[in-house]
Amino acid sequence: MRKLFATMTMLVVFSLVLAACGGGAVPTAEKVIQTVVVTAPAGTPQVQVQVQVAQAPGFGETLAAVQARGTLICGVNGQLPGFSFLDPSGAYAGFDVDFCRALAAAIFGDDTKVEYRNLTTQERLPALQTGEIDVLIRNTTWTLTRDTDNGLNFTGTTFYDGQGIMVPADSGITTLNDLEGGTVCVQKGTTTELNLADAMALNNVTYTPAVYEDVNQTYGAYAEGRCDAVTSDKSQLSSAAKAVLPDPENHVILDVTLSKEPLSPVVRHGDDQWFDIVKWTVYAVIAAEEYGVDSANVDDQRANAVNPEIRRLLGVEGDMGPKLGLSNDWAYNVIKLVGNYEEIYNRNLGPGTPTFIPRGLNSLYTDGGALYSPPFR
Amino acid sequence: MTRRAIASTENVLPPPIERYTLLGWVYKNLFNTWYNALLTFLAVGIIYAIGKPAITWSLEQARWDVVLVNMRLLMVGQYPVGQIWRIWLCLHLLAAVGGLSWGVWIRGYRLWSILFLAAVLGLAWSSSMDGSAARGHLIALDVIALAGFGLGRLGGKRLQRTVINLWIVYFPLVILIVRGMTSAEGAVPVVPSNLWGGLLLTFLLTVVGILFSFPLGVLLALGRRSPLPIIRWVSIGYIELIRGVPLVTILFMAQIMLPLFLPADMTVDRVLRAMVGIILFTAAYQAENIRGGLQAIPHGQYEAAHAMGLSGVQTTMLIILPQALRNVIPVLVGQFIALYKDTSLVAIVGLLDLLGIAKSIVSQPQFIGLQREAYLFVTAIYWLFSYFMAYLSQRLEVALGVGER
Repeated sequence: MRKLFATMTMLVVFSLVLAACGGGAVPTAEKVIQTVVVTAPAGTPQVQVQVQVAQAPGFGETLAAVQARGTLICGVNGQLPGFSFLDPSGAYAGFDVDFCRALAAAIFGDDTKVEYRNLTTQERLPALQTGEIDVLIRNTTWTLTRDTDNGLNFTGTTFYDGQGIMVPADSGITTLNDLEGGTVCVQKGTTTELNLADAMALNNVTYTPAVYEDVNQTYGAYAEGRCDAVTSDKSQLSSAAKAVLPDPENHVILDVTLSKEPLSPVVRHGDDQWFDIVKWTVYAVIAAEEYGVDSANVDDQRANAVNPEIRRLLGVEGDMGPKLGLSNDWAYNVIKLVGNYEEIYNRNLGPGTPTFIPRGLNSLYTDGGALYSPPFR
Repeated sequence: MTRRAIASTENVLPPPIERYTLLGWVYKNLFNTWYNALLTFLAVGIIYAIGKPAITWSLEQARWDVVLVNMRLLMVGQYPVGQIWRIWLCLHLLAAVGGLSWGVWIRGYRLWSILFLAAVLGLAWSSSMDGSAARGHLIALDVIALAGFGLGRLGGKRLQRTVINLWIVYFPLVILIVRGMTSAEGAVPVVPSNLWGGLLLTFLLTVVGILFSFPLGVLLALGRRSPLPIIRWVSIGYIELIRGVPLVTILFMAQIMLPLFLPADMTVDRVLRAMVGIILFTAAYQAENIRGGLQAIPHGQYEAAHAMGLSGVQTTMLIILPQALRNVIPVLVGQFIALYKDTSLVAIVGLLDLLGIAKSIVSQPQFIGLQREAYLFVTAIYWLFSYFMAYLSQRLEVALGVGER
């Protein structure tokens, strides 16, 4: 009896340790391409499951998986005002979230079939690499390193973020030159500090940088009135910095951009069809604004539009949808359920919202911005 | 001390009970010397200086609507509105079993129970409950708890075994009810764990953590004292490995690294991963706490058990463990309270527990900058339940007679 107990204890403890350390056997997260056949217990629906170890998805696999699952899994920040957050009813809302919804509308014709994953900065890229999420739409800046080294593809900019400057609304400052002789709060050792110095040198403005160790100190110093202005990414200024201010409504973000921070949805390498779907969903939203199609007039446009570009976009002519593996009314669904770029922007970041950011570069190319959709042809 | 000495003390009078008027008490305790008087004034001054702005702020300046508007999110996260009755059902069951236990074991403490029930009623009548089903449920909670209490009192000791069994059944039942078991059309459809959140998720993580880490901890503690070298080494290795890393690294490992090692199509539920991380972590600490209790058992106990003809398993289960565990109740409960608070670390890995929801709601554009209100509310909830657990452990110690032998 005693021996039995001892043996049992040993078995239990040993298997626990094995379970706890089992993962350690694989030293790195490199792609091990290998097919494992897992046999499920008899009686379960799938008898054999083919499992591919950390392999990039093949052409069409992501869309097939999403359609089989019935929901799109979209990685978001979840805690960034204006971009993605939980509203009091428990639903996700925000600029990034609207692009998740647009993608679901394109695939399913239903913008609610999305499962959101809150991801932290550290988790976001691994979550995509391991296939936990289908697409990452989480204020992620498009850089060469991220686009190549991590096995990821950036699909196209949804928001041209960039370093901005916030000043008190009653200060009368509207351009960089108005800051002549002033003090600017900035975080130490960041590209932000260098970008500010470059921009000020280019414009021949003399100023005093007030340098602080971390973000909160920087915003805190500005809130206490120790500088005339504070600089950081615009999306940050509209949320994090305002959170520190006692009177956020009395501060404005200047229509000046000091650095390039293009935020883009991200997908995995390997599945070009999925890459195309995400890319063209973003373009459809931009094209809709270019052609003046919005959620209110989209039915009328589909019935009566004569412009062949609009007719192709809305699936009246041509077969744009099937080329992507979607139904021909995919873009119609996106515009009908989520809206065009202007509607998405104004709903989340437009004038009148607490997170107002001037459109600046995020205007159509015809209005001096950088938004430009390739032709739907 | 000899028997005679004890007998001779029987006729000695007990020490007199001191009684004071309020003023007398104040004089004796606060102003008995000049420096104590000075200290008293200083302390009152400091309390006033800190307390007054805090109270003014919380009553006049704080915008508590960020908490009131998001109350459902803070309590159950994104749990589907149509299914919230299941959470209430769990609470009603809890009230019933809790009321029964109250009646069977604790009996007295009328003031505390009345205060508690009144607080629930007060919550039911507060203005934020207008037009919601919550009010009816809260009143029902009180009624059920009272009924349980009455039944427990009537049944008395005969019900003890039943109530213990009810508790054992309760927790698995709760997890089953919260998770659901049928597909979308059934009466209790499965609610995927990514929709669990708020206080609900905090509690589930805590309860699962406690239920599973405790037996694992006992096994590891026994293993570490085992005469068999492999078991001992494995136990020591496990305990020291886990105790050597912070919980947050284990959670990061579970959330970020684990999926890299698993096959691409195999995804382990994120909540489950956090639960396993918390269980493995707590078990290592509990093992050491329990080992402390085991070491306090004199060797004579083992020898006596052997002399009685008990086997090794019987000795451990019937003689050693009951005494050892009773000795370490304060440490065990302390660890469980720590576990309860440590669950807030899952907010760092993107799960929406109570703290995660608090972080989320302060990013709602209309509530930007209201961190203080949200975090203060969360702090109050953590304190309330931690204190409740500490109080229960005290009651448990009294009931088991710890420290009296």
